[in-house]
Amino acid sequence: MGGVGRPHHSQQAMHTKRRYSDLIPALIFLLPGLVLFALFFLGPMLYSLRISFFEWKIVHPDRSVFVGFENYQRALSDSIFQRAILNTFAYTVITVTAKMILGLGVALLLNQHMPGRTFFRLAYYLPVITSWVIVSLLFEYMFNGQAGLVNYILKDILRLIPKDVLWFADPILTLVPIILLDIWKGIGWAAIIFLAGLQAIPAELYEAARVDGADSLAQLRYITWPLLGPTTVFLVVVLVIGGLNAYVPFQLMTNGGDPMDLTHSVLTLMYEATFGRIDFGYGAAISYLLTVFVFIISLIELRLMRQQAA
Amino acid sequence: MDRTSQRNLGTLLRIVILILGLGFVLLPIWYMVVTSFKPQTMIFELPPRLWPQIWTLKNYIAAFGKDHFGLYFLNSSKVAIASTLLTVLISSMLAFVFARLRFPGKETLFYIFLLGMMVPPVMLIIPQFIVAKWLSLFNHLGLILVYTTMNISMQTFLLRGVFENVPRDLEEAALIDGAGPWTIFWSIILPLSWPGVSVVIINTFLYSWEEFAWANVAIKNASQRTLPIGIALFQSEHLTEWGQVFAASLVALVPVLVIFIIFQRHFVQGISTTGLKG
Repeated sequence: MGGVGRPHHSQQAMHTKRRYSDLIPALIFLLPGLVLFALFFLGPMLYSLRISFFEWKIVHPDRSVFVGFENYQRALSDSIFQRAILNTFAYTVITVTAKMILGLGVALLLNQHMPGRTFFRLAYYLPVITSWVIVSLLFEYMFNGQAGLVNYILKDILRLIPKDVLWFADPILTLVPIILLDIWKGIGWAAIIFLAGLQAIPAELYEAARVDGADSLAQLRYITWPLLGPTTVFLVVVLVIGGLNAYVPFQLMTNGGDPMDLTHSVLTLMYEATFGRIDFGYGAAISYLLTVFVFIISLIELRLMRQQAA
Repeated sequence: MDRTSQRNLGTLLRIVILILGLGFVLLPIWYMVVTSFKPQTMIFELPPRLWPQIWTLKNYIAAFGKDHFGLYFLNSSKVAIASTLLTVLISSMLAFVFARLRFPGKETLFYIFLLGMMVPPVMLIIPQFIVAKWLSLFNHLGLILVYTTMNISMQTFLLRGVFENVPRDLEEAALIDGAGPWTIFWSIILPLSWPGVSVVIINTFLYSWEEFAWANVAIKNASQRTLPIGIALFQSEHLTEWGQVFAASLVALVPVLVIFIIFQRHFVQGISTTGLKG
């Protein structure tokens, strides 16, 4: 945007004059947002950094003991934390990949005039607007070990498994419903964002390509894919951040780490350390480790994608 | 085969694939619907049925009779509506500053606001808990303020993209007529950005309606609980009463559905105007 020349001198003069008088209205417009942001975001972030270097006493903060990097060291050498990282990482890689591919597929299918388009769009978006708490419970019920719908389909209809699987008794199998839930819930969102990206591509490009004799595969390869670049970057970054921050499905479907603390995500572990064991310093250290990690990953992603686009 | 029939075949194929995909998407939701109408004795029936033998409304009556879901519903509505209005107002004011006004340090400030998109909300729970304790905000106001804050960054980012796409000609005319920044913001920019604002409304309402982690630590008083907390607690207390859990869940889904249907008309167009487009 921007860079549009002002045609008339009189308007340019007005603009220069305006430049100096903007500070006061800007401050007034910024004020409510700034106050909230400082109070509930920036302040808490800095405070959390401080807590992470202490053995924090929530009732008597003044009696907290400074311990340097001990909370961080404890976290990094804790096998439960390492397992939580592994779980979170596997979850993120699998779900983001699946949602990108399936989302793009749905968007391509929907990006054309056909009967029932609005209906399909709404229907595919339905899982997105259901709440995490509700669908976590729903998947827990569907993957129930005894009369669960999924076991019934796999065992009695498809005959893929000889006997009922106890999904939530095994630390690896537990991840299956959690991952499937995220994919199921996220396809619609990825599809809508892709669809918006697709609709921003000028139709003339496709017409020109058609005149030149390009088939639909060539059009996808040489027009759609490169022009979707920024949309793809945005989606990957946002989905990866979301994946690494997974909390509700892990919390509700594993009751916070069952069995044997092997199924934590980083944030359920943080939550348990903080509000279960009242170990605020340790919890804050874990969340800072995660934040720094998310930050670095996002920067790498942005750089990689920009290189690819160039 | 000529071109037209080839194209018709293509469309037919698309629709078939979309319908197959729809089975995967809608099966869980359908299963939730039928379970909410099954009597308790049929919850663990074998084989599980996608069409109940007996339909009953008992779960709905029970859920709303005994477990205060009506109250939680009201609490959630109050919190979600207030958070949405506040977020729309504050984010659009911020976005207006970043899209239109000039002052030193603007870019830096914008990037500081963007930090909010990267930091996990759950990570802030510990210090927010301390701030809320300090300000006695373990109540609905605390939820509203935190939800608004957690949404500000993303929604400001979206709206800035929208506002930048509003042509400047109208403002220039208004400026000459002596209009101030508030008039330009309120009477020109906002009305012209309706599709983008719809996206913000959907995003924030959804977030505030379903937020779990913060509400779970901030609300101690049972009468102030929001729906997600109420439903999760109910399930952990009555492990096998899935019919009632899903009855409450489906009712909880209605407002989100209504909001989405009202504002979805502008949804795809709105996303395109937010600058996320390709």
